[in-house]
Amino acid sequence: MSVTLASAESTPFEIAQAETPADTHETPADTHAAQPAGEVHTETGVAHGEEAGSGVFPPFDQTTFASQLLWLAITFGLFYLLMSKVVIPRIGGILETRHDRIAQDLDEASRLKAEADAAIAAYEQDLASARAKGNGIASAAREEAKAKADAERAKIEASLQDKIAGAETRIAEIKAKALADVGTIAEETTTALVEQLIGSKATKAEIASAVKSVAGK
Amino acid sequence: MSNDPTHQFLVNKIVPIEIGGIDFSFTNASLFMVATVAVATGFLYFTTGQRGLVPSRMQSVSEMSYEFIASMLREGAGSHGMKFFPFVFSLFMFVLTANLLGMMPYFFTVTSQIIVTFALALLVIGTVVVYGFYKHGFGFLKLFVPSGVPGALLPLVVSIEVISFLSRPISLSIRLFANMLAGHITLKVFAGFVTSLSALGAVGVAGAILPLFMTVALTGLEFLVSFLQAYVFAVLTCMYLNDAVHPGGH
Repeated sequence: MSVTLASAESTPFEIAQAETPADTHETPADTHAAQPAGEVHTETGVAHGEEAGSGVFPPFDQTTFASQLLWLAITFGLFYLLMSKVVIPRIGGILETRHDRIAQDLDEASRLKAEADAAIAAYEQDLASARAKGNGIASAAREEAKAKADAERAKIEASLQDKIAGAETRIAEIKAKALADVGTIAEETTTALVEQLIGSKATKAEIASAVKSVAGK
Repeated sequence: MSNDPTHQFLVNKIVPIEIGGIDFSFTNASLFMVATVAVATGFLYFTTGQRGLVPSRMQSVSEMSYEFIASMLREGAGSHGMKFFPFVFSLFMFVLTANLLGMMPYFFTVTSQIIVTFALALLVIGTVVVYGFYKHGFGFLKLFVPSGVPGALLPLVVSIEVISFLSRPISLSIRLFANMLAGHITLKVFAGFVTSLSALGAVGVAGAILPLFMTVALTGLEFLVSFLQAYVFAVLTCMYLNDAVHPGGH
């Protein structure tokens, strides 16, 4: 729409331009502001005939629309092609490589962590078994020492028992002997006492029976 | 002449070309369109040349713009909209580079021409309409009939929807055009104050300090506007493409 508008309006303008081509080319900025161009413009610019001598407000100058549209189409089209064919695949590739690499590194890290965990578990297990083994050795040593001590004590107790038994038999022997001597002493004492009391000797047999009867009581 | 704030928007012929009575001259506008393409493509191409696994600063700028647009499009139009990624990316980079190039002194601002922004807006809406009908047939017209509207209100709602759809290319193009135009005119006017005031002697020079500060501040603001308008253009493009991809609703 705007292209046809521009073409309709630009024709007289270009005629004016063709009349003074060198002039417009050398001072292109003046084309719109300078009087001849401005006059051409106001004469033809029926669609926007409010401007008198100053020309159109540049962004609304429809004579430039066709050229701007064409060059925008060319440049933006080229830009779109460059972006979609070159730049976006390139940056996308870089980002993808990085994401892959990060994912790979994370996998590697988790693998190493699993390895470390396994090593820790193995270590714990070794430690536990070593502790158990140590406990076993210690308790075995304790048992052995206890058994040895018990045996020793039993042996000593047995020997003490023997000694006590020996001593008891000896005491019994001595006691029996002493008791046996008691009769003899009593007979002698009785003999001496009888002799002193009645002045005559009692017979040995009499005294023995007397003593025996007393002792028997 | 050079103090005229609209002088910067004049389109001057560099190489006059005329085909079939229509003026297709290579103008300063064309030159800066070519420059925009060259600068944007050159930047994106050469900064990513090393394909570094750990990106350099410039390479990460390119990657950030890529991911920025990619996430914008994915949020706006869903994963089905990603087939339009080269289109939205090209639009954003083209508008952004044209806006930023226009901030250079003596440079022409391609996007300050209504015909350029209108053509880009029509391209967006044309893509939406063509793809919508191609993909959904007449189901694309469900776009104008929101679900869950009572029958009595339907004619009113549909007419509002149609008007809002038709006004999209206008609002899309006027927004970018007017922002760039107004910003550049304001800058030019304030900068003009500086030169005309300082021509008045010592008092004038002292008085020119205020507009000078304004010019500096406005320059910063205009760089922001340059980016913001490119962003807005791309975001709205994503929203409109969403209508083409999912016309039934959201």
